[in-house]
Amino acid sequence: MEEMKDLILTYVINEYQEDEDDEITYDTPLISSGFVDSFSMVSLKVFLERKFQISIPDDKATPEAFDSVNKIVELVKSYMKK
Amino acid sequence: MSYSETIKTHYQNQLKDIRDAGIYKEERFIHSSQAADIEVEFPTGSQLKKVINMCANNYLGLSSHPDVIKAAHEGLDTRGYGMSSVRFICGTQDIHRELEMRVTEFLGTEDTILFPSCMDANAGVFEALLTSEDIMISDRLVHASIIDGMRLCSAEHDTFKHSDMEHLEQKLQLHQNKRIKLVITDGVFSMDGDLAKLDEIAALCDRYDALLFVDDSHASGFIGKTGRGTHEHCGVMGKVDIITTTFGKALGGASGGCVSGRKEIVEMCRQKARPYLFSNTISPVVVAGVLEVFNILQGSTERRDKLEKNTLFWRKGLTDAGFIIKSGESPIVPVMLFNAALAQAVSKDLYNEGIYAIGFFFPVVPNGQARIRTQISAGHEMEHLEKALEAFIRVGKKHKILGLSKQDIIARYGL
Repeated sequence: MEEMKDLILTYVINEYQEDEDDEITYDTPLISSGFVDSFSMVSLKVFLERKFQISIPDDKATPEAFDSVNKIVELVKSYMKK
Repeated sequence: MSYSETIKTHYQNQLKDIRDAGIYKEERFIHSSQAADIEVEFPTGSQLKKVINMCANNYLGLSSHPDVIKAAHEGLDTRGYGMSSVRFICGTQDIHRELEMRVTEFLGTEDTILFPSCMDANAGVFEALLTSEDIMISDRLVHASIIDGMRLCSAEHDTFKHSDMEHLEQKLQLHQNKRIKLVITDGVFSMDGDLAKLDEIAALCDRYDALLFVDDSHASGFIGKTGRGTHEHCGVMGKVDIITTTFGKALGGASGGCVSGRKEIVEMCRQKARPYLFSNTISPVVVAGVLEVFNILQGSTERRDKLEKNTLFWRKGLTDAGFIIKSGESPIVPVMLFNAALAQAVSKDLYNEGIYAIGFFFPVVPNGQARIRTQISAGHEMEHLEKALEAFIRVGKKHKILGLSKQDIIARYGL
């Protein structure tokens, strides 16, 4: 669980952090705060699906569901169980 | 449904939120032609004030050029005022096609199609060319009109970090199985004034079999040795598959835009691009004016050379005075203030000094990146720039920001 959380956080930082002064944590709002625009979610979805061998339907990959690392972890977990 | 009190209140509340957030946009009425010296009524109802315009996209100073005005008059006399039709019914004149051919020759492409604006060109081009089997990969700082155009297109979309070639390459690898991969960038980025690394982007497109799209609205007419644009500057003329640009900035500044590029791509736009199909094109009077702009540009590089000289003076002057500017070579020169309230205060003080330059802050630029965006023109004489620089220095001293680092300004004013 912790490992998954850190993997996703590391990916999010590498992929989206533009300014090193910006701090991204597990709870940082990603989309609503403007760190990630909705177009940029595509590669995050592809990353999650490949890394955790899941399939996230497009209608579940919403800005709300992707809005923080913690929320993304919940989403991934819900598809791993299935 | 009637325009009920509930709906009215709904909009009034939204407008209040915009005002409370300090991002309510107000127009300033200019009572003169667009030029380096303008007369402005601001706030509304106040006496006219003569100011130096430091924030127009009038890069070549052609907006009120006598030859352009004369040509526009002649166009009005010989081709009339309006067309009352879209292009493919009875809205195309000989001069529309002539302008398309002049643009093609100027940009070094295969063909060109006019649009009512570059906003419309960007709104229509992606949907006309791509479907869900394709991918658009855009720089994260592309213009809002491109973002809107991508939203209208069913192709998948992804982004790469601003001007980060390593990241772009990762994205090209990630999406290598897509049918058409279209890499999308501005030539000159409007908020930061930096140039896309088009040579490196074109090389990556070659390697990964991708097409290249460039919006050169803030470059056409003056970037590159003969002003062809960013592709000339970066030595990749002929390698950009799609260029969109505007006639509403350097190229006369009135209105209109185009898609220029590969022959089949332009032909597809003529068949499928909705802003072309369902809207009148540029009016004859504007077409005649833009044709004269190309006559001026093809006769001499004097104006873009003067712009380059003015830009160098302005960038050096601000830097030597101790302002933080975004480095680069374009005539878009952002003076970084980081704090939104400070940017607004500086803009107001500059206006009182007779200098018209606007503050930009979130959400137009990222939070904590507030700035005054200055734009240099070939229409500026050295006296304009010297006067503007003196005013900037006085205002900079008043706010005690000269010579301060980013951290120092943030420590003093917050983010």
